[in-house]
Amino acid sequence: MAQIFKPSSNSITKVALLGIGLGVPSVWLALAGLSRSPANTKVDVQINQPIPFSHQHHVTELGIDCRYCHTAVEKSAFAGLPSTETCMSCHSQIWTNSPLLEPVRQSFETNRPIEWNLVNSIPQFVFFNHSIHVARGINCNTCHGPVQNMNITWKGNAFQMAWCLQCHRAPERYLGDVKADVDPRKQVFDLYWRYQTHGTKGMEKSDQERIRGKFEGSNLTEDREHGKEMVERLGIKVQQLADCNICHR
Amino acid sequence: MEVHDHGHRDEGHGDTALGSELLSESSAVAPSLSADLQTELKASLAGKTGKQYWRSLEELSDSPQMQRFMDDEFPNRSSLAQINRRDMLKFMGASMALAGLSGCRSVFMPQEKLVPYVKAPEELVPGMPLFYASSMMLGGYATGVLVEQHEGRPTRLEGNPEHGSSLGALDSLSQAEILNLYDPDRTSVVTEKDDISTWDLFTERIGVQLELQNSIGGAGVRILTGAISSPSTIEQIENFLKTYPQARWHSYEPVGRGGVYAGAKAAFGRALEPIYDFSKEKTKAILTLDADFMSAASMPGSLRYAREFAEGRRVVGDRGDMNRLYAIESTPTLCGAMADHRWPVKSAQIYGIALNLAAALGLPVQASSTNTIPAEHFAAMVEDLRANKGVVVCGDFQPPHVHALVHAINQSLGAIGRSVRFVEPVNAAATRAGDLLPLLDDLQAGTVELLFIIGGNPLYDAPAEYQFAESLKKAKYKIHHTLYENETSQLCSWVLPATHFLEEWGDGLGHDGSVSMIQPVIAPLYEGRSVAELFSLLNRKPRGSYDIVRDYWRRNGLGGGNFEKSWRQFVHDGVLKKPVVEFSGTPAVSFATLPAPTETSGWEITFRADPTIYDGRFANNGWLQELPKPLTKLTWDNTAIIGPADATEMGLHIDDVVRITYKGTTVEAGVFVLPGQPRQCLTVHLGYGRTRGGVIATVQGDHGGGFNAYLLRRADAPFFSDGVTIEKVGTEMNLATTQTHQPIEAAKRPPGLEGSVVPQFPGDHREVILDYKLDFFNEHINEEVEKRAEISKEIRENNLFPEEIFDWKGEQWAMTIDLNTCIGCNACVTACQSENNIPVVGKVQVGRHREMHWIRIDRYYSGSGDNPTINWQPVTCVHCEKAPCEPVCPVAATVHSQEGLNQMIYNRCVGTRYCSNNCPYKVRRFNYLNFSDNQRQFATWANLDQQQKNPEAAVGVTEKNRRPLLKMLNNPDVTVRGRGVMEKCTYCVQRINNARIEAKKANRRIKDGEIVTACQQACPTQTIVFGDQTDPAARVTKLRKDPRAYLLLEELQTRPRTSHLAKLRNPNPAIEPAQTAEAAH
Repeated sequence: MAQIFKPSSNSITKVALLGIGLGVPSVWLALAGLSRSPANTKVDVQINQPIPFSHQHHVTELGIDCRYCHTAVEKSAFAGLPSTETCMSCHSQIWTNSPLLEPVRQSFETNRPIEWNLVNSIPQFVFFNHSIHVARGINCNTCHGPVQNMNITWKGNAFQMAWCLQCHRAPERYLGDVKADVDPRKQVFDLYWRYQTHGTKGMEKSDQERIRGKFEGSNLTEDREHGKEMVERLGIKVQQLADCNICHR
Repeated sequence: MEVHDHGHRDEGHGDTALGSELLSESSAVAPSLSADLQTELKASLAGKTGKQYWRSLEELSDSPQMQRFMDDEFPNRSSLAQINRRDMLKFMGASMALAGLSGCRSVFMPQEKLVPYVKAPEELVPGMPLFYASSMMLGGYATGVLVEQHEGRPTRLEGNPEHGSSLGALDSLSQAEILNLYDPDRTSVVTEKDDISTWDLFTERIGVQLELQNSIGGAGVRILTGAISSPSTIEQIENFLKTYPQARWHSYEPVGRGGVYAGAKAAFGRALEPIYDFSKEKTKAILTLDADFMSAASMPGSLRYAREFAEGRRVVGDRGDMNRLYAIESTPTLCGAMADHRWPVKSAQIYGIALNLAAALGLPVQASSTNTIPAEHFAAMVEDLRANKGVVVCGDFQPPHVHALVHAINQSLGAIGRSVRFVEPVNAAATRAGDLLPLLDDLQAGTVELLFIIGGNPLYDAPAEYQFAESLKKAKYKIHHTLYENETSQLCSWVLPATHFLEEWGDGLGHDGSVSMIQPVIAPLYEGRSVAELFSLLNRKPRGSYDIVRDYWRRNGLGGGNFEKSWRQFVHDGVLKKPVVEFSGTPAVSFATLPAPTETSGWEITFRADPTIYDGRFANNGWLQELPKPLTKLTWDNTAIIGPADATEMGLHIDDVVRITYKGTTVEAGVFVLPGQPRQCLTVHLGYGRTRGGVIATVQGDHGGGFNAYLLRRADAPFFSDGVTIEKVGTEMNLATTQTHQPIEAAKRPPGLEGSVVPQFPGDHREVILDYKLDFFNEHINEEVEKRAEISKEIRENNLFPEEIFDWKGEQWAMTIDLNTCIGCNACVTACQSENNIPVVGKVQVGRHREMHWIRIDRYYSGSGDNPTINWQPVTCVHCEKAPCEPVCPVAATVHSQEGLNQMIYNRCVGTRYCSNNCPYKVRRFNYLNFSDNQRQFATWANLDQQQKNPEAAVGVTEKNRRPLLKMLNNPDVTVRGRGVMEKCTYCVQRINNARIEAKKANRRIKDGEIVTACQQACPTQTIVFGDQTDPAARVTKLRKDPRAYLLLEELQTRPRTSHLAKLRNPNPAIEPAQTAEAAH
C-alpha cells in the first residue's frame, strides 16, 4: 500500500499551520490598519473642492474671523456653511473676474447652491454640538487641525470614538490654560486674532500647539490642577461627559 | 423573581401540539376563545367582581393556552427563517469575519456633499428648528398646531397653546397629518381622463365650458364640497355663484353634524353650534347621551373638553373634589371608559332615556315606558345633575329631536349659558349649501353639465341607496379636486391635485367659532392648488392663496386702521384673538311635536367614524392604521363589534367571520367581542374597505383593510338602525389586536384562590393598577399610604442589591403618569412615533407582536364583561434605577447615565433581545426587518400581494413608492434605527440634551418645565409630568410624593423613575355603596 502521506506532507502541514497562525491575524491586522489609515479616515488628505478655497488666505492673510462664515458655531449643533451670498459680500467687489470664482458667480445668478465636498464628518448615530464645545473653550483647531494654515482643507483628526473620549474622560487636560476670568468662548477666537496680528511670537506653548493643530491636552500637574478648577467653575460633570446619551441618542 | 425563565419557555415552544400551533405562521395573533372556554368564561365572569383586573376576555378565561402565550416574550418565533445549527454557524462565522470591514465605510462610500444656501434666510440658524403656527382642519373645524420645521422641512406637528381648540395639546389624527404631507400616494399632477395634463390646459378647456354656461346663468354647474368654515374660501365660492346665479352648491360630510344643527334649529329656530364648558367652576356633573366629547373622531373641540374635564378631576394631595361623569352609550367610548357610572343601551333607547330625564325634571313630556336604567339609579342621577351644576351632552350621532329635547333639559338644569353656549354654525357650508339629495336628483335628471367635486369621496361614502356612481356618470364634466386619487376620482374627467394644509395659506374656524390661520411651511411638493385658488381661477381672477386670504381679511376690517400689524400678529399667533359673538336665547321646544319613542327589538347596527382613520380620509396613513384603536386595540381593520354575552349565545369569538345583512345588502366582517357593548348592538366603524386611494388604504386580506361599512349605511338612518341580522359564516380571519401584547404579569392566581395573591417573597403584592373611590380616598388615604409605606420598607429591607449603585449628582429625571386623568386617547402614542422616528410595521408584523410603539396604553378591565370598569395605563420605559435589562446585555448596549436614564445605545446593540426578555414592563421593541425603511418595504409587500390578486389596481403604485419623500419626515435629532437593534423610550433624551446645552451655555440650571417630552406635550389632559426629581420645587418631585403615587411592580426592586398615580373614581353614593378598607386591597 502506497503511503498516503509523503515526507513532504510534514513540511506542507507546518507551512499551512504557520500560514493559518500568521495569515488570519495578519489579515485581521491589515483590515484594522486599513480602517485606521487615511485611506479610510481621510485624515490629512486634501479634498478637492469645486472652488479652491483657501483658509490660509482668508484667515491668516486677510484676518477674517471664523464666525464670519461659520455663523451658527456659537448657537447651534451645526457650525454652518457660508451661503453664496456671504462669498459675494466681498467677491462682488474684488476678484470679480477671477475664473476660479466662476462657480460662485454662477451659483449667485442661477440660485443653485454650490456643492462642497464634505471634509469633516461623523457617523449618523453621533450627535455632536459645536456650540457647547466653543462655549467651554475648546479651540476649533483642537479637533479640526491647523485650519488657518490650510490651502485646500483636510481633516485634522479621525473623529473615532476613542479620540473623543480622551477629552470626555479627562476634560481637565484640555482646560489647563483656559483663563478663569475671560469668557472661554472669547479665548477660542482671540487665538486667531493674536495669530493674525503677531504670529506665534510670544504665545504659550499650548497655544502654539493649538495653532499647529497638535494640541493633545497637557499632562503637567499644574495644568491639570488648573484644569480641574476650570471643570468645577464651568460646571462640567466629568462622569456625565462619558455617558452614552451625551453623543448617542 | 421574574417568571420568564428559559426552561419554562422551551417547554412551551415545540413539545405540545398546542404550543406549536400557537407558534405557527397561521396563528399570528393571540389565541381566541374556544367553545368550552366560552362556557368557562361565562362562569368566571359571573363570579368576578371587585379588584380583579384583566386586559382581555382571553386573559380573563385564564386558559393554559393563554398562559403560555403570555409567558412567551417572543411568540411566533417560528415565523423567522428556518435555519439549522450548521447554517447558523456559517452565517455567524462569515459575519464575524466581515465585521471589521464595517469600520472602513469611507473607503467604499462615495464622497458626501455639503450644500449651503445661496441666500440664507435671515431668521434661520442652521441646525435649529423653527416653529410656525398653522391649523389643521377636520370636518370644517380648525385645531391650532405649531409646525416644527428643520431647514425648511416640516417634521412634526404639536398643539398651539394660543389656540382655544388645542391649548397646546394635539390629537393623533392631527399629528399624523405630517405623514400625509409626504405621502408618495398623493395626487401630484392634473390629469384628464388618466392622461397627464396641466392647470393651463384645464383652465382653457373648462373655461370654454363655463363660457357656454354663461348664457344660462350656470344652470348646468354644480359644486359639491365637504364641510367648509374658511371665510375666504366661502367668499370665493360665493363670488363664483354670483357669476353663475343658476349654479348650485351642495355639501356632504359623511360624519357631519347635521343632527346637531337641526336639533338647535328645532329648539332655537336657527342652526347653532353648541360649545360646552366643563371647567370645574361651571360644571360639576355631566351626563353624556351617546356622546364622546373626548375623542377627536367624534366631537370637535375634544382637546379642550378633555382638558377642562380633567381639570375638574385633578386631585393633588390627600383630599380632593371631583366632577362626576355619567355615560349612557351604545358602544364603549373614551367617555364611557372615564365615566363614574356607565350604562350600555342601544342608540335607539337614548331618546327614551332623554324623555324620562325631561319628565323627571318636570318638562311636559310623556315619559317612556321602557326603563333601561334601574329607576332608583336614574332618580339619583337626575338629582345629582339638578343639584350639582349638571349638564347633558347629546351625541352628534343622535337624531335632531333628541338634540332639541336635550337643549330643553339643559335649560331646565340651568346649564344653558353656564355649561353650554351657542355660536353661529362653524361649518358654513351646512347652512349655505344644499344637501346631497337634490344634487342626486339633478344628476339623474341629466341637467348637470359641470360638476366640481371639492375634496371628499362621495362615490365611496354617500348613502348606499343613492347609487352615486350611476348618477355621477350622467354628468358631462366631472372635476375632482383632491389630495388623494380615490374611488370618486376614478369616474371623473379631470383630477386636480389639492394642496396639503401645510402647503397653503388659508383660514378656518375653531370649534368655538374663533378664526384660525393656516400658514404654509413648505412650498407645494406637487402641482397642488388650494380650494380658494381653484375658485379664483374659475372666477377668472387667478391669485395665490396668500393674496386671497390676506385680501379677505384686509377688506373685512382686521385690525381697524393698523392692518399690517394685526395681520402679522394673526399669522404669528395662528388665531385671531377676538371674542366670538355668542347667541343668547332660550330654547323653545314644542314638546307636543316630539315623536313617540320607538320600541326596538332585535339587533341594532351603529355606524361610527373610525377612531383612527375617521371617515376613511386617513386610510392611507400608516401611523393611524397601526395605532391601536383605544377600546379594541385593533390595528389595520374594522370589525363587527358585539358584546360578550351575545358572542357566547351565538357561539362567536374574535376572528370569526360574520355575514351582516341590512335591507338586502350583505357584507362580511370579522367579529370583535368587546366588553361593555350593549346586548344585541352591533357597532361598525366607517372608513375601511377602500378600493382606491393609495397603497396603504387599499391593503387587503392578511394586510388589513377591513370591510366597507358604507355599503350598509342609508340616508334615513345614517348612524343607527334596527333590522339588521348577523349570522356566522364559519370561516375565520386574522385580526391584529395588540390587547394581549407585551403583558405585564401580575402574580399568578391559582385556580381556587380567586382574588387572593400568593406572595412569592415578602411584600409581593404586584399591584399593576391602583384605584380608589373618592370618598374612601378622602377619608382613609393617609392610612393607606402608611400601609403602603410599610410594604415598601419591607421590600427595601429584603433587597439583594446595594442601596446606591451610582453616584447620582445633578439632575435626576423622573416622570409621573396620572391614571386619574388619562383618557386613553392615544395622542401620546402618535406624538412619540412622530418625535422618535418610529416606523410602521404592517398588519402581519403586528400580528407577530412586532409593533414598534415605544409607549402603549394598557387597558385594564375590572368587573363583569357586560359592563366593566375601564382603567387606562400608559406604559413606557420606566427607567428603573436598578434595571433588569442592563446586567443581561452581553455588550453593554444598555447602561445607566449619570442622570438616571436607562440608555439604549443602538450602535452597540447586537440584537440578542436578552434585555427585552428580562424587562418586567415589556417596553422594549426590537426592529426585526429594517422597519425604518419600511414605508417603502411595507408598501412593496402589500403591493406584491395586491399585484397577484388585482393587477389593475397596483399599476403605477410601485414607481410612486420609490420616491424618497418619507425620508424628509424624520426628526434629525433622533437616530433612525436599523434592523437587528433593540429600542425603547429614551425620556426624549434629545430634548434633555438640547435643554442641557442651552442651560449650560447660559450658565444656569435647567428650569422646571423646560424639558417637555413629546408624549407630555401632546397629552390633552396633562397626565404626564416630567422633570428633575432632585429639585424640591419641581412638579414631578411633588407628584412623586403624592399619596396616590405608586411604583409599577415595586416588589421587583427595580426602582422605576416613572411613578403612576392612582386612579380615583367618584361614584354617586346613592348608586354605588361606599368603598370599604377591606375592598381596597
